[in-house]
Amino acid sequence: MKLITANRLLNGEVVWLGAEGQWVSSFTKATPLETAEQLEAAEKRAQADSDNQLVLGAYSIEVCMEAGEFKPVQLKEVIRAQGPTTRLDLGKQASSHQL
Amino acid sequence: MYRYDEFDRDFVDQRVKQFEDQVSRRLSGELSEDEFKPLRLMNGLYLQLHAYMLRVAIPYGSLNARQMHKLAHIAREYDQGYAHFTTRQNVQFNWPTLEQTPQILKELAGVEMHAIQTSGNCIRNVTSDHFAGAAGDEIADPRVYAEILRQWSSLHPEFSFLPRKFKIAITGAVHDRAAVQVHDIGLQLAKNAQGEVGFKVFVGGGLGRTPMIGRLVREFLPQEHLLAYCEAIVRVYNLYGRRDNKYKARIKILVHETGLETLKGDIEAEFERIKDGVLSLPAAEVDRINSYFAPPTFEQLPYTAENLEAAKATDRDLAQFVQRNLHAHKAAGYASLTISLKAIGEAPGDATAEQMDVVAQLASTYGHDEIRVTHEQNLVLPHVKLTDVPAIYAQLQKHGLATPNAGLVTDMIACPGLDYCALANARSIPVAQEISQRFAQNSRQQELGDLKLKISGCINACGHHHVGHIGILGVDRKGEELYQLTLGGSADENTSIGKIIGRGFPRNEIAGAVETVVNAYEGLRDNPQESFIETYRRVGPEPFKEALYGTA
Ligand code: SF4
Repeated sequence: MKLITANRLLNGEVVWLGAEGQWVSSFTKATPLETAEQLEAAEKRAQADSDNQLVLGAYSIEVCMEAGEFKPVQLKEVIRAQGPTTRLDLGKQASSHQL
Repeated sequence: MYRYDEFDRDFVDQRVKQFEDQVSRRLSGELSEDEFKPLRLMNGLYLQLHAYMLRVAIPYGSLNARQMHKLAHIAREYDQGYAHFTTRQNVQFNWPTLEQTPQILKELAGVEMHAIQTSGNCIRNVTSDHFAGAAGDEIADPRVYAEILRQWSSLHPEFSFLPRKFKIAITGAVHDRAAVQVHDIGLQLAKNAQGEVGFKVFVGGGLGRTPMIGRLVREFLPQEHLLAYCEAIVRVYNLYGRRDNKYKARIKILVHETGLETLKGDIEAEFERIKDGVLSLPAAEVDRINSYFAPPTFEQLPYTAENLEAAKATDRDLAQFVQRNLHAHKAAGYASLTISLKAIGEAPGDATAEQMDVVAQLASTYGHDEIRVTHEQNLVLPHVKLTDVPAIYAQLQKHGLATPNAGLVTDMIACPGLDYCALANARSIPVAQEISQRFAQNSRQQELGDLKLKISGCINACGHHHVGHIGILGVDRKGEELYQLTLGGSADENTSIGKIIGRGFPRNEIAGAVETVVNAYEGLRDNPQESFIETYRRVGPEPFKEALYGTA
């Protein structure tokens, strides 16, 4: 399973592609992509939104299911989804956008 | 300290305006990210894991109270209330927005600061000895030459697109506190038999993927030729340095592949061609720049301060602080005071806005308005009176800045690593924090004495792990963080590159492995005065290997 992630152009915030092609601030609201067609469509969307100054540096990441929830496979993506592991008061983990 | 002249001010103001325009063109879509990225990088703006990151230049690590207050203000108003001081004596903000960056740059320009040449394949901020102008052992103040090099290299049109980034470091003392031998050009001030000032010149040092120690290309370069000679080196590099492979593009690889003698020949030939031309440095110009760095007027004071001695007698912590964090000053009754940004369990190099304000305040009250950033990620008040140390210490203590660990095991370097950095393979900060906790006890650290521990989160080696007495490199092994230990590195006048001691350790074992190495050293040292690096050099890696992995 995959997800598309990027950063918002204006403020650099980490975002993921959610349902209906919205960029969402919370990892849990991202839409997992199960098929090659879904992935392709999402990548097109990401490209269009990069061209439209919404986001930058979009790419796809691997996710897996853990205890009924999906999680990033790579530690780097876990950290992007939460915030610095040494500053729990910063990043997504500081607000309601928890993993 | 150096003050901007009209030229400096104009060009920094112009750059701010230019960047403001570039940002608005990016936001309107006139510029694509591909077009904009090199422009933002030229202004120090990176994209990291969580947000943009702005790297601000602190020329040769020197700043005044007003500038430090401004950095605190930026941390508070535009960021998350803290900043990170780096191994290149710069400062990084981890959470600025693109939208607000032009405004931040405007604020910086107001105090004669900018973020130019903190990124990209150009000559970067020249780094220097943090005790420059204060140290008792210096031949001349290296900041004067660092400033001359800054002016020469700023927006140097020929050197704006080098094969790779280019770093110059300069030290004024025989004891090298600026790690000059691991820079593309390393300069060490020297005097010849006639008493004239010049430089010992090293070329091709560097860390990263292929660590190399700089090679001596000139035993003595008279000061008037500083710029012509550096121009010759960079020109030869610009011509012959590899552009086909990013990992082979630094000058160290050119030195290695071409051979020192051939390259030296090329440099000397180019130098012969251009010397005594426009790049000659007249003594009058050196004097003019020197006047910006004129030392403050020091009072005639006795070597010791009675009040400090009395306070030390009743306050063990203060005594320890004095022992570790004060450095000998050239003027009697003064010292250079290190403010450790390595409080136990904290992220190395991070300071809160409040702490930055405190340091700025102390610099204006007690420190002749001078602050330094060290490449070991600490701050320094270079000129304080010994009689003022108890008062300064009391203030520092109130704000978590009085850790008496300068040069000890917990005074470690750690890069931001995977908690922030987009290039990282593994985390550095939590490893540093855990090791710091393990050696938290003051008496234990003091017993161990001088020990340089350096941690990088990837092979780019921003944390200088190759030259740590103990170095830690984070790598990625099949998705897991793994840490390699290197021993025996050093970045002073006896520079050496550490050797990997054996297989790496997972995240939960690395702090323990460091403790094993340190315990082994304690057992091996000849006497309590023999430092870790001395012991290592005497006994070699084997006993440490045995301690870590057993004899099997
Ligand atoms: S060493 Fe690697 S992980 Fe650390 S700051 Fe440099 S690039 Fe990032």
